[in-house]
Amino acid sequence: MSAVTFHEDRLDTVMKRADTHTIPPAEAPPRSRPTPFFETERGRAWLAGAGGLLRAAVPPGIGLALFVLLWHLVAASSDGLPGPAPTWEAAKALFADPFYDNGPNDMGIGWNILHSLYRVGVGFGLAALVGIPAGFLLGRFAFLSGMAAPIISLLRPVSPLAWLPIGLMVFQVAEPASIFVIFISSIWPIILNTAAGVARVPQDYMNVARVLNLSEWKIFTRILFPSVLPHLMTGIRLSIGVAWLVIVAAEMLTGGVGIGFWVWDEWNNLNVEHILIAIFIVGIVGLLLEQTLMWVAKRFSYA
Amino acid sequence: MHHYLQIENASMVFDTKNGKFTALAGIDLHMRQGEFVSLIGHSGCGKSTLLNLVAGLNEPTEGVLLLAEKEIKGPGPERGVVFQNHSLLPWLSCYGNVHLAVERVFGASESKRRLRERAMAALELVGLAHAAHKHPHEISGGMKQRVGIARALAMEPKVLLLDEPFGALDALTRASLQDELMRIVRDTAATVIMVTHDVDEAVLLSDRIVMLTNGPAATIGEILEVDLPRPRDRLQLAEDPGYHHLRSQVLAFLYQKQRRPAKAA
Repeated sequence: MSAVTFHEDRLDTVMKRADTHTIPPAEAPPRSRPTPFFETERGRAWLAGAGGLLRAAVPPGIGLALFVLLWHLVAASSDGLPGPAPTWEAAKALFADPFYDNGPNDMGIGWNILHSLYRVGVGFGLAALVGIPAGFLLGRFAFLSGMAAPIISLLRPVSPLAWLPIGLMVFQVAEPASIFVIFISSIWPIILNTAAGVARVPQDYMNVARVLNLSEWKIFTRILFPSVLPHLMTGIRLSIGVAWLVIVAAEMLTGGVGIGFWVWDEWNNLNVEHILIAIFIVGIVGLLLEQTLMWVAKRFSYA
Repeated sequence: MHHYLQIENASMVFDTKNGKFTALAGIDLHMRQGEFVSLIGHSGCGKSTLLNLVAGLNEPTEGVLLLAEKEIKGPGPERGVVFQNHSLLPWLSCYGNVHLAVERVFGASESKRRLRERAMAALELVGLAHAAHKHPHEISGGMKQRVGIARALAMEPKVLLLDEPFGALDALTRASLQDELMRIVRDTAATVIMVTHDVDEAVLLSDRIVMLTNGPAATIGEILEVDLPRPRDRLQLAEDPGYHHLRSQVLAFLYQKQRRPAKAA
């Protein structure tokens, strides 16, 4: 027996009320010469927007200009380091044909970047595949967390490259070994952040789950997962940052096609312009990866 | 149905770092269906603990609680709880928050269309049909609390449990929500237990006011029948001597008989 009953007719009243709004006929604007664009409301908004953009762009612009100037000065006083201008010329030549393929030791810069991204993608993807469920388990069950804590504390500070010999020994081949290095070094931020997120789900939300008597599945999809998502995204962002840091070093050691190997190859050719370009590429790609994930994280965050 | 909700000799002892802490001792309370009971007492006296016992969030160390002749074991949707801090899920819209509760209670037996209607009807009951699609961070504190009430009501609970529902709101918003709650309770004939520390709120809304002694081992000190006729109007009551008499009885209990020890400020 229920003590609460509803008056559903109320719903109808509201619906009707919404329909009764009448819009007064708009008065025709007096005819005159058209206003110039920058005096209309849209034009003003456009101007204000452009002004804001300009103001936001000035400090980074000055910073970059100073950086290039400093680079130029340092390069002028050293005999090996190329300045900004020759590096720019070399970059133009390099990016004129990024996807040529003259055998495995001579491929375009585009191929090298894509190969590196592929390894990072696979290694990081596996890390997410294992790390996210592991993080949820460690966050939900204190016993498991206690079991894993010493192992994680021990393995986390290990330099990623120290894993490479193990990878080479286990897999015998360079490709899976470098993916393994990416995996093992990028899994920790995912596990730790996810676990921390699960442990920090506000008790209020869990009380709601208990009062509503939600099923475990509903608790996971409606409460745990959305609540943990921001932490999870932080973990993923840190982890992909680590993965991209590690790939250059790993490829230098394993060879093949990839941006890290390419740097080493250009060093052997004493092509310092290309090494500088590679540094920029690594920086820019890392930035793009991070920004993309920030964007995704923002899309998923609820507040 | 005089014994719709029965609390028989309930005690609650918590294990703390400093040993056992007896929060509640020997609570006996019977409520009839459709009754509005307020629990009032100084903070820390265990009012919320008592409410949590009825909600099933805590189990009594001793004693037994019965609702409609069934023992209360664990939380359940037949007892709708409105939390002090609204506890809406921020990633769901107002509608989504209410719908989650509706789906849990009626999802197995009713069509999706009917579930939608129920969620909307509950929002309409608290006057928030227009904000159904909004997320909790887009609405005011008073509106959030109303969504919390809608969520609890939408489950058609046997008893509605309110834990200082308006404590975090400003005085004007609180007054208008109290009026709204009176209307809802009248329209739905709900059975309500409300924890409060606001004497005026207790007198205005309740059929009975249960006054708890100071903890530890808090128990029921006095029970005051509020025999003011309904519907009640806060402006008329302000000039009603009966109202002031009741009010001063509660105040006397709180500030003379149960004056708080100075150290526990």
